[in-house]
Amino acid sequence: MAIATPITRVSSYVAYFGLIFSAIVMAKLPIKTVAARSLIEIPFVLFALLMPFFGTGDRVEVIGLSLYKEGLIAGTGIIAKGTLGILTAIVLSSTTTARELLRGLETLRVPNLIIQIATFMLRYMNVVNDEMERMRIARASRGFEATGMRHWKVLANSAGALFIRSYERGERVHLAMVSRGYTGAMPQDQLHRVSLLQFAQGFSLPIVAALISLALAVIG
Amino acid sequence: MTKSLEISELAFAYPDGHQALFGVNLSLNKGERVALLGPNGAGKTTLVMHLNGILKTMQGSVKVAGQIVDAEDKEAISEIRHKVGIVFQDPDDQLFMPTVGEDVAFGPYNAGVRGEALEGAVREALELVGMYDFVDRPPHHLSFGQRRRVAVATVLAMKPEILVMDEPSSNLDPTSRRELADIVRSLDITLLMVTHDLPFALELCERSVILSGGIIVADGDTREILSDSKLLSAHRLELPRGFHL
Repeated sequence: MAIATPITRVSSYVAYFGLIFSAIVMAKLPIKTVAARSLIEIPFVLFALLMPFFGTGDRVEVIGLSLYKEGLIAGTGIIAKGTLGILTAIVLSSTTTARELLRGLETLRVPNLIIQIATFMLRYMNVVNDEMERMRIARASRGFEATGMRHWKVLANSAGALFIRSYERGERVHLAMVSRGYTGAMPQDQLHRVSLLQFAQGFSLPIVAALISLALAVIG
Repeated sequence: MTKSLEISELAFAYPDGHQALFGVNLSLNKGERVALLGPNGAGKTTLVMHLNGILKTMQGSVKVAGQIVDAEDKEAISEIRHKVGIVFQDPDDQLFMPTVGEDVAFGPYNAGVRGEALEGAVREALELVGMYDFVDRPPHHLSFGQRRRVAVATVLAMKPEILVMDEPSSNLDPTSRRELADIVRSLDITLLMVTHDLPFALELCERSVILSGGIIVADGDTREILSDSKLLSAHRLELPRGFHL
């Protein structure tokens, strides 16, 4: 909704932020976590802050600075919409496990192959990470420290070894799957069903946002 | 009585020309627990891969519960794969689904079990290994011993005719090892256990066979085989120092 709302309709944005903050409060998310995760937005903020200084057209005076009006509006738009998007993503990712997200995508009929790849990535990220960490420790235990370009060769070798190990693991996993009757299709989840209430809860946020947007468009 | 497993004159060479099996004869009665012992490179894994048609039989034959294992026959092979449950050595290879429950459901699902029957099968299998409380947990949150037990459950959920375990006691701490032994002992199933852990074999299997150089060189009572130190050392096997039968 926020993307389609012009940034000049300030009341809508106030309402959107109110909505997302109430969602954060209701989800009992620690403010610290939300703040820490929001840091990812900083590059975009920097970019948006530069926008009012470059451009053409009308200028306005803001605390002694002469800024381009269009740039100012666009920059504010980026910051407001970006922050809303990130806060929404944070609420989603902190209230929903990655597994549940994948199940959701499956229900939304995202191609099965993509779901399978994402599912395996989810499962094996930790395994590969641990393996990488063990290799790092093994290197360090024999006195290796990557300090400069001379060491890139060692790191590249490690990366290659990791790739081969993962590839071989892939083969073993496939073997284990085939041994249990895998023929190319992953099981549809049978153990978890989504209740109507969960659906209603999930849809509440976008629906309220849509109502706000519509109402304020009609009034304003 | 039909035998759970009947292997006769099985020979196999890898595409690069390396011959791993030279005529293996082995048969397991229903309900029997047999340890398959042998040094590294004896052909144990190659043999296991024949039991459910992952490797194609080149010469000789493998029969599971009277049914011949033929990797070419797609329909028969899927039936065979539900009769032969293989627990692989690394539980991280075996547990590939995001949660324990989904992983245990994988085998029965592929066999066409759905709905409540599927939930029942998952529950039953996990209870057999004492891991039902972990049904919704991701595998990487479990200890190694717990993952090994779940790996056993994934196979038990398929209600196999024969359970094949590849080095089941490897990397387990003594308590996990004992817990696994208790679980295996409680199962009423034909078992082929591939292992180097001779005390573990003695604890669980009344009968042992030694595979060495691609043939079965000994087949008999576990205690007798393990007390023949000449036989053991001829095939790079030995009891742990200080271990007495």
